[in-house]
Amino acid sequence: MKEIKILILVLIINIFHSGEALANSFDNLSWFRLDRFNALILLVVFSTVVLFYIRSAKKGKKLFIRKIAGLDAVEEGVGRATEMGRSVLFIPGIDELEEIQTIAGLSILGRVAKVTAQYNTPLLVPVRYPLVLAAAQEAIKGAYLGTGKGENYDSEMARYVAGEQFAFVAAVHGVMHRDKPATNVYMGAFYAESLLLAEEGHESGAIQIAGTANPEQLPFFIAACDYTLMGEELYAASSYLSREPRMLGSLKGQDWMKIFLVVCILLGVLFDTLQIGNGFFYNLFLEQ
Amino acid sequence: MKVQLPVVIAFLTGFIMVSAFFSTNPGIANFSQNLLTWVTIVGGISLLLGIVSILKVNIKIISKRSKDWGFKLILVMFVIGMSISGVVWGMGENTPFDWLFQNIQSPMMSTMFSILAFFIASAAYRAFRARTMEATILLVTAVIIMLGRIPLGQYLWNDLPNIADWIMAYPNLAVQRGIIIGAALGAASISLRIILGIERTYMG
Repeated sequence: MKEIKILILVLIINIFHSGEALANSFDNLSWFRLDRFNALILLVVFSTVVLFYIRSAKKGKKLFIRKIAGLDAVEEGVGRATEMGRSVLFIPGIDELEEIQTIAGLSILGRVAKVTAQYNTPLLVPVRYPLVLAAAQEAIKGAYLGTGKGENYDSEMARYVAGEQFAFVAAVHGVMHRDKPATNVYMGAFYAESLLLAEEGHESGAIQIAGTANPEQLPFFIAACDYTLMGEELYAASSYLSREPRMLGSLKGQDWMKIFLVVCILLGVLFDTLQIGNGFFYNLFLEQ
Repeated sequence: MKVQLPVVIAFLTGFIMVSAFFSTNPGIANFSQNLLTWVTIVGGISLLLGIVSILKVNIKIISKRSKDWGFKLILVMFVIGMSISGVVWGMGENTPFDWLFQNIQSPMMSTMFSILAFFIASAAYRAFRARTMEATILLVTAVIIMLGRIPLGQYLWNDLPNIADWIMAYPNLAVQRGIIIGAALGAASISLRIILGIERTYMG
């Protein structure tokens, strides 16, 4: 609730601050950036497809979603930690809250916390930014209250450990050494520290599940973790774990959009190779 | 109200940011820029939240004399010491804060980073064991790339750097782009879910 109040305050101050400029600019009619018209079309098509599938899912249409082994392993990992009487370590990336991978990581944290709450398994969430700390605490608290285990919630499950990248790594290494978590889950944006975390986790004998949309860090996670979610799987994880029709519908829409883009790429290759349309199709996709 | 209000705020701010991308209107641009500035300001203020968290967790361990409490004591001493030195003498050059940063914090962070070299070796050893066809292809490719990036590779075979460049520029880049396109669609999809209030797990 504290965060909501801060956000409302920010919005109100912004409206007052920008109000005059906003009112003056209504006189100017050249509002739209025509050079970004292609992006607008893509956005409209994408949103329409996603919303269509969300609506179909809400109506009860069964949607097939392929199995993602890494996410099926989450419950197995928590079960293992419970049997061993150890904790689950969850790291929602090392980036700020405005990074979409961090939000995806926090959504997965909410689902993982539900499972740890059900099994009464200790959960440790070290974070690098205070705003992520507040969001992580809310996500865990919501999960514990949602499963009727509110009394087991401890605000120190999520803790701020360090603001610097490698100081954060050192703190997490300490947790891995001292607490020996049975399961390590890394979901979010990771950079040079990905292998430092995953390799230390491997050495400690934990089962490891990782997910990131940073392609350059994927090889490190693949080498050191038991399961790795690649790119879009990170964003799909929350929907996959929730099994809510509306969430699954958005995944289906995303898949159709991918098919649309693949067809566009193939057509682009064909038109450019055969030199049809004098570069018209290529220019349609130019980034402005 | 507790659920609906954040959803409405997420919708409005998301809509404004998307509008700012497509608009030349200075008012909308100014508004979205202010929002971003406020995110930075709120982030800065929330640092206090982090300091409270770090002190609360560690002081409890010290007072209970729990396992490894000595390390926690050093941590708390440095958190307080660096904060005081920064406030009293400033953070510029030749201040106690600068001395602590340059001579203690920075070398320790460099040490952590340097461990990566050993971790890469142990991870590569496990990943490159040629137990399956895929692992063998990975091993051969990795050897070509590594040799192609050092003078010894060129000394052994003149074309080796060109082959390494070709692998990086075509098969490797094609796969990376595939992952990036998928991730971009995934990011757009989750953003849409957040703006429309379908995805709420991150709010608790």
